[in-house]
Amino acid sequence: MIELHGIRKSYQSGAQTLEVLKGIDCTINKGELVAIMGSSGSGKSTLLNVLGLLDDFDGGSYHLDGNDMGGLGEKQAARYRSEFLGFVFQSFNLIGYKTALENAALPLYYQGVSRKERQKQALHYLTKVGIADWAEHLPNQMSGGQKQRVAIARALIANPRVILADEPTGALDSVTSDEVMGLLKEINREGITIVVVTHENEIAAQCDRIIRLKDGRIENPQAQHHV
Amino acid sequence: MNKRQGNIRWRPDWDGFLELVQVLVQRPLRTALSGLGVGWGLFMIIITIGSANGLQNGVSQDLGDRAKNSMFMWTQSTSKAYKGFQRGRPIELTIGDVEYLAANSQTLDAVAPQNQLGGWRGSNNVTRGIKTGAFTVFGEFPAQLKIEARPLRSGRHINDRDIEENRKIAVIGERVREILFTSDENPIGGSVRINGVNFTVVGVFGSLRSGEDAEEDLQSIRIPFTAFNQAFHRGDDVGWLCLLFNESVHADSAAAEVMSILKSRLSIHPDDDRAFGHWTVAKEFEEIQTVFSAIRGVSFVFGGLALLAGIIGIMNIMLITVRERTNELGVRRALGATPGVIIRQIMGETLLLTVLFGLVGAILGVASIEAIDALLESMPAMDGGSFRNPEVSIEIVVQSLAIMIAMGAIAGVLPAFRAVSIRPVEAIRTE
Ligand SMILES: Nc1ncnc2c1ncn2[C@@H]1O[C@H](COP(=O)(O)OP(=O)(O)OP(=O)(O)O)[C@@H](O)[C@H]1O
Ligand SMILES: [Mg+2]
Repeated sequence: MIELHGIRKSYQSGAQTLEVLKGIDCTINKGELVAIMGSSGSGKSTLLNVLGLLDDFDGGSYHLDGNDMGGLGEKQAARYRSEFLGFVFQSFNLIGYKTALENAALPLYYQGVSRKERQKQALHYLTKVGIADWAEHLPNQMSGGQKQRVAIARALIANPRVILADEPTGALDSVTSDEVMGLLKEINREGITIVVVTHENEIAAQCDRIIRLKDGRIENPQAQHHV
Repeated sequence: MNKRQGNIRWRPDWDGFLELVQVLVQRPLRTALSGLGVGWGLFMIIITIGSANGLQNGVSQDLGDRAKNSMFMWTQSTSKAYKGFQRGRPIELTIGDVEYLAANSQTLDAVAPQNQLGGWRGSNNVTRGIKTGAFTVFGEFPAQLKIEARPLRSGRHINDRDIEENRKIAVIGERVREILFTSDENPIGGSVRINGVNFTVVGVFGSLRSGEDAEEDLQSIRIPFTAFNQAFHRGDDVGWLCLLFNESVHADSAAAEVMSILKSRLSIHPDDDRAFGHWTVAKEFEEIQTVFSAIRGVSFVFGGLALLAGIIGIMNIMLITVRERTNELGVRRALGATPGVIIRQIMGETLLLTVLFGLVGAILGVASIEAIDALLESMPAMDGGSFRNPEVSIEIVVQSLAIMIAMGAIAGVLPAFRAVSIRPVEAIRTE
């Protein structure tokens, strides 16, 4: 599903060039649930953003479901994001003035789906993540766990092939974290590939595989083994 | 899995509109504040243009009944000694001089001498039975009507036979009729006594002017010039001249010709500028037009500045909004919004703001102008001076709205491009 060869990425800060990704090779298969770990600043979020087409990369190649993601224009990137990818963030990133239902439905708006159909779908996915009762609530009326469920419903609604989650449980207590992780695992069982960036071993341990980043490289290229 | 691929496009539909409204409604205060500038700008434009129009209408109406190619001339005293005459000699015109002028001029279409008796708010000089009034009485020729049009309400105007036969007839203003006759009386054929001399009423006239000017017209009585001079012992004297010159001639050259003819006949120094006074409508018009284009220019500049300030205000607010919503815009990008969609969203918000508040400003502006108009209308006694019928044409409103929409679009460009210049990843990172 995801194929990376020699992905490089550096940031320019003033006169200094900071090499964050120094050649990443890895393959993530369809239906896998993969964890990315590594110390703070090791480039986990950077890698995930590259995977999510939210950021471009300086060198190497990236194939998503067989499509070359090199040198995409913004418009094409938006299209791939819309059709292939779903995002879950540590800080939820819900839109504050929209209800849970409207937040979950937003990706379909950009696909030109009718309002009625959007609402139907959104309610379906809110039900699936177990917070249909909160459909009409605004984000600031919900707990972190509830917000992350809305975000997961939003990531699911466009029927993506890959869900990219950057520390989805980072802002949640352990019980809620387990619930959210349970939800992701359930989604993964339905065949959606999931990549989770995490600091927590308990979370990583629930994944099929762990990719460890260190100094911009994958630490255990040979040992990309199943846990 | 590509089932929705063909549907990825943005339609300017009701849905998109609701999306815009939702964004604007979430920050009502900011929306109102930023809209205020544009609303104020449009309000100002409409008020200033309306007022300028009111002023122009007022002044034009003051001159409205006068033929544009007409000239008024009166005598003064000489300022130069000439042919044995001392300077300071008072000049008098007679019918003979007027006939000479008419015979020798190349530029004049009509010459109408006038004499006057009584003045505005003078003492009572006209009676009919026990009814009396103070009216201005003019002795004049039929040609007078070519210079100042006067609508006939009943009967007839003075004609050439009246002049030739020194007929003691009178054409009276409507107010004169009201004062001297009861409402069910027919004034035609009635007799009025002017300074002790009886005249028969043959007609009643109205006025094309308004306010105080109209009042002045309506309280006047017109009698044949010849009968006037005979009845009031004026001999051949002429008070002043109303002249109509050929439209192909400029007012200045017509005046020059008339002066030189009269100067040579009356032995006045050719360079004596004081012997006659004159006034031409055309000159007055030219001057007024100049003043008006200036006023118009100034009002456009001020209205334009107000509008510009409003637009800059909106642009500023939108720039702030974009910065504040960096995260939201990033999220929208992550969820599949293309740069085009984001641009249209920000442009849409800016335009919606501009048009919404611009319309409010325009409506308030038009309403205020209408209110002032109605106020002036409801007080006919109070002459609005030279301010009449302040008005804004639909074209002005439509033009202002068009300008506003164009400027709104311009104001939206910078924020919109600022919004898409933020890469989605940076947007999401801002936390
Ligand atoms: N826009 C940027 N400009 C400059 N440097 C950046 C930028 N984004 C990230 N970096 C740097 O790149 C490195 C990797 O950042 P990244 O966010 O990928 O780390 P991370 O592994 O996700 O860390 P954490 O666990 O703290 O989230 C860090 O040193 C960071 O300072
Ligand atoms: Mg990170």
